[in-house]
Amino acid sequence: MSEAFIRIEKLSKSFGENHVIRGIDLDINRGEILTLIGKSGVGKSILLKLLINLIEPDSGRILFEGRPLDDLTKAERKAFLRKMSYVFQGTALLDSMTVFENVALPLQERRGVSREEIRRRVREKLQQLDLVDIDEKYPSQLSGGMKKRVALARALVTEPEVVLFDEPTTGLDPIRKHAVHSLITDYQKKFGFTAVLVSHEIPDVFYISQRIAMIDEGRIVFAGTPEELQKSPNPVVQQFIGGLDSEKNSFRKVNRCPRAEGI
Amino acid sequence: MTAMLSTLTTPLAAVGAVCLKTLREFGHIGIFFGRGVLGIFSLPLQIAKFVAQIYFIGARSVLVICLTGAFTGMVLGLQGYYTLVKFGAQGMLGAAVALSLIREMGPVLTAIMITARAGSAMAAEIGIMRNSEEIDALKTMDINPIRFLVSPRIFAAVISFPLLTAIFDVIGILGGYLSGSVLLGLSSGTFFARVDSSVEMQDVTGGFIKAVVFGVVVATISCYEGYYTHTRPDGFGAKGVSSSTTSAVVTCCVLILVTDYIMTSFLL
Repeated sequence: MSEAFIRIEKLSKSFGENHVIRGIDLDINRGEILTLIGKSGVGKSILLKLLINLIEPDSGRILFEGRPLDDLTKAERKAFLRKMSYVFQGTALLDSMTVFENVALPLQERRGVSREEIRRRVREKLQQLDLVDIDEKYPSQLSGGMKKRVALARALVTEPEVVLFDEPTTGLDPIRKHAVHSLITDYQKKFGFTAVLVSHEIPDVFYISQRIAMIDEGRIVFAGTPEELQKSPNPVVQQFIGGLDSEKNSFRKVNRCPRAEGI
Repeated sequence: MTAMLSTLTTPLAAVGAVCLKTLREFGHIGIFFGRGVLGIFSLPLQIAKFVAQIYFIGARSVLVICLTGAFTGMVLGLQGYYTLVKFGAQGMLGAAVALSLIREMGPVLTAIMITARAGSAMAAEIGIMRNSEEIDALKTMDINPIRFLVSPRIFAAVISFPLLTAIFDVIGILGGYLSGSVLLGLSSGTFFARVDSSVEMQDVTGGFIKAVVFGVVVATISCYEGYYTHTRPDGFGAKGVSSSTTSAVVTCCVLILVTDYIMTSFLL
């Protein structure tokens, strides 16, 4: 069996009495799109933050290309983190900076990237994400969907090897949502980065993910392909996927209610 | 017996716990300041950010410093004149106004005014950045948030505070002259001759040393309170930011007066 690109071993994290992550084991292969699904508040975003070292785990370890992150030197750790990007659920754009400055920021803070190169790469990313003529606008002047795309541009401008997406399409209209999903898959094919996605967009994520992992009560209850997920006999998985169907049915019932029909 | 011992030791333990907590907090602030200072000198130098912060803390505070300086000097002139005239020593007004301003009131009032104007803004801005995950975003971009946010503010405060103090002192002396000489009739020559003869270089240097220390205190405490907004018991949302801003202003004002007393006792 080939070695996992990133391996998570018995990772745990608690906040006081709240045990959010309870001994998670998960392999992330190079160049795949892995989607984390699960109910809200089960620890999906926390797992992403543990991966990018925003939060220290209580126990367990993360191995990058077979080497535990704890064993890496400061320079190696820095190099590892430079290979990663994170798209925040709430975008986390710097409100006091313009769109251009926000997207250029990760490049500006790196040595050896010329101004022309920064300008070229920022413009290219903004154009690819259909963000034209908003360079000088501030995040507060943008719609929610535009902010999401600016955050995506900022994450991709450094051409990272691993991109962690925390609900990148929440709040987007169906057309933009499809555009972002297409962008993730297109870029993944073009640059071959590894993507870890937290998403509730079922069944959309079935089409873009190579693998799906489901978290419940701080543990991985399923990890496999989208096809395997749909066939999984695990009652938690079935309840989660079935819950969406039952929700759709209940909406249909609402539409069929006599008062609605009488209108 | 055990109950009696416990009654005696419980308040002691509580006092000890508070002292330990305070010491730990000061330790954190010291490390935070150290990291901020290191960030100033780490390459590449953040010249544009330094200039922007000097503009914000320094240049944009000039008007408020001129106003407070002028009225402080005028009040000193009035009060000083009517006090000194009782002893027939109104000729000493220039010395009284200049020394009060240069040694004490200039550095202290300037620091308190900048705390109100820029210190509160620093705490609020960084606190909002913390709560909206902007600081986390900087970390994910491999940008050291303390170097990015705190170092330019500490640098700018160290540059701006002495300059603003100097402006405050000069405007204050002119204010004292206005009320003492122009309004109350003391001779201009007497006023300025006393300023010239009484103020020594040591007084000016002492005032500037105080201003630099106050600059460090205000920038460090304001940034620290904002940066650790999320660790406060009520540190979430708008309430958390308002709480850290209030705490920054109150702590800065108290520390300005405490450090002023300590430094004065050494400088005199």
